[in-house]
Amino acid sequence: MFGDYSIGDLGSIFVMQGFAGLILFSVYVLMALGLAIIFGQMGVINMAHGEFMILGAYVTWMTSNLFQAYLPSLFSGYFFLAMILAFFASGALGMLVEWVLIRHLYKRPLDTLLATWGLSLMLQQAYRSVFGAREVGVELPQWMLGSLRVTDSIEVPINGVFVMCLTVLITIAVAYVLYMSRWGRQVRAVVQNRIMAGAVGINTEKVDRYTFGLGCGIAGVAGSAFTMIGSTGPTSGQLYIVDTFLVVVFGGAASLLGTIASAFSISQTQSTLEFFMSGSMAKVLTLLAVVGILMLRPQGLFALKVRK
Amino acid sequence: MSDEANKGLLSPLRRKLLMGMAAVPAITMLPRGSFAQAPATSAVNTTGLAVTDTEVTVGILHSATGTMAISETGSIQAEKLAIEQINAAGGVLGRKIKFIQEDGASDWPTFAEKAKKLLVNDKVAAIMGCWTSASRKAVLPVVEQYNGMLYYPTFYEGLEQSKNVIYTGQEATQQILAGLNWIAKEKGAKSFFFIGSDYIWPRTSNKIARKHVENVLKGKVVGEEYYALGSTQFNSVINKIKLTKPDVIFTDVVGGSNVAFYKQLKAAGIDLSKQALLTISVTEDEIDGIGGENIAGAYACMKYFQSLDNANNKAFVSAFKKMWGEKTVIGDVTQAAYLGPWLWKLTVEKAGSFDVDKIATASTGVEFKGAPEGYVRIHENHHLWSKTRVGRAKLDGQFELIYETADLVEPDPFPKGYQ
Repeated sequence: MFGDYSIGDLGSIFVMQGFAGLILFSVYVLMALGLAIIFGQMGVINMAHGEFMILGAYVTWMTSNLFQAYLPSLFSGYFFLAMILAFFASGALGMLVEWVLIRHLYKRPLDTLLATWGLSLMLQQAYRSVFGAREVGVELPQWMLGSLRVTDSIEVPINGVFVMCLTVLITIAVAYVLYMSRWGRQVRAVVQNRIMAGAVGINTEKVDRYTFGLGCGIAGVAGSAFTMIGSTGPTSGQLYIVDTFLVVVFGGAASLLGTIASAFSISQTQSTLEFFMSGSMAKVLTLLAVVGILMLRPQGLFALKVRK
Repeated sequence: MSDEANKGLLSPLRRKLLMGMAAVPAITMLPRGSFAQAPATSAVNTTGLAVTDTEVTVGILHSATGTMAISETGSIQAEKLAIEQINAAGGVLGRKIKFIQEDGASDWPTFAEKAKKLLVNDKVAAIMGCWTSASRKAVLPVVEQYNGMLYYPTFYEGLEQSKNVIYTGQEATQQILAGLNWIAKEKGAKSFFFIGSDYIWPRTSNKIARKHVENVLKGKVVGEEYYALGSTQFNSVINKIKLTKPDVIFTDVVGGSNVAFYKQLKAAGIDLSKQALLTISVTEDEIDGIGGENIAGAYACMKYFQSLDNANNKAFVSAFKKMWGEKTVIGDVTQAAYLGPWLWKLTVEKAGSFDVDKIATASTGVEFKGAPEGYVRIHENHHLWSKTRVGRAKLDGQFELIYETADLVEPDPFPKGYQ
């Protein structure tokens, strides 16, 4: 297939393809981080993860409309504010959901699957009633469109670079919060032994609520960022949910490092295969590989050491 | 201005004049409108449909919830508008149209279930509905078994024909061939890159397109790629496009993937004002989600654009916006859905009956001169004769008409040499 092309052409295509893999990697990490916290740390199977992401996307859309109407001069910077608002909106909704629904189900983790699936249907219909059934177009500031020209033949999409930087920042922030901060220690303590954590004076209910809120908030930021690369509609969240679970489960539920490693291996496999065969075939092979590895290693790539 | 002229124009004045003068000769000169004598129900309805002396019931069957609500909302709106207009103009055979709306909920078995409910319980005289091919395939055996009449609005892959269905959208050859011919001639295009979502419509359409490119246009298909429905990552295929440098990118990506594809194409630095792209899956509806700035410059091959410059269309667009809001846009399928109730009305009047068998036979040759897309006529294979048009997307989300076929294109659901 490469006979007709010059070495230079091929070289630049491989560079761009490598970059495409990195972008896919960041997208996977970004969408899986929130779930990794909720599923990994709390054991809650949050099927409504995609809908929390889309809430972030809708917040971005509303912010963009507000800026266009009232502050057109600051439009080029609205995206940063939108992401912060998305974080708080999704986080607040997450905390509310935890209080109303999830906290009653901690002892029945499988039931959270059903409950959050119902929640996702309700949220979808709510978005449809509030924002309309049609997709909305989020207008981006001019500087976020287009591509960076690295050399004459190598071009890198700006939104891809943006997502990559954002992913790195958020991952570092999450790692810091979970592993360095006092609150992160409390979270891990509650995960390991709820009763003992309570006995030493940790307010476990509060920890649960904030953990769930943090996971949902990060989902909101991810949704906000994905308005650059995907669609915003009532059911758009469904587009991400399968890949998200795939990354988290493959990585090993309770490990942040596992999520990153799994996102990296899945994205690289998929993006390389996509280049040599058709898109749907690449997906099939990637999924087959994941299924095969999970059969050999059901706990995922990285798992906490547990006594058997 | 004479009194005679005023009578025709202003109805309150007309009434006053009538009361004042009780002018018997004037009455005979009034437009007949709703005064028309309705034929007896027993004569026009011999099969027990929901037809009374004053009303006739039809069904609307689309997804108002679920994934497909994005696309089907426009069709529901158009059908309601058409029914309202028909009623305002005196109804069908002197009867007002009443509709029962059912929700297919983007779930194909639900579509079949609801179609059965409409036909068996509600005894509707016709169903305006379905959108995806999957939903139509689910409903088809039901309308055939219970002998209903379905008016189906979406452009689709063809390879189907039924006594009980009128296809008001284009089948694949009507949509694709003229567009390919145009772009080959206009742009001197020789190499094509196909990219579509992975299900029956894009695959069948691309099969037809490939045969046409290779056998008729003597061009070359340099790539043919399919992505699962809902895929949101297209960077790899975009790199392949950059590598193969095709004259034309030919796309039938649908749904949320569509938005992702154009956003990433734009981000990858592919400039649609230089790189020709021909799509058969993007209407004004989709551009709402994609954003005009991401797709400006692309060509779309359709039979209708909201911007068409004719009197029918101007009246249609303003009525649509008046009913559904200034910001709503009208895509190809929405217009095709609008044709459904009108074609049904015209057919009923031609047949002089609501009976499904009579309508099925009478459909052939029914003409609708008031169609927003211009004149259409039903072919004996129950598809429509209609024009193929190419439009170019503009920044504001509308299309600029670039080309239209001189004559109506004959529908050919089973094209020879393309299978």
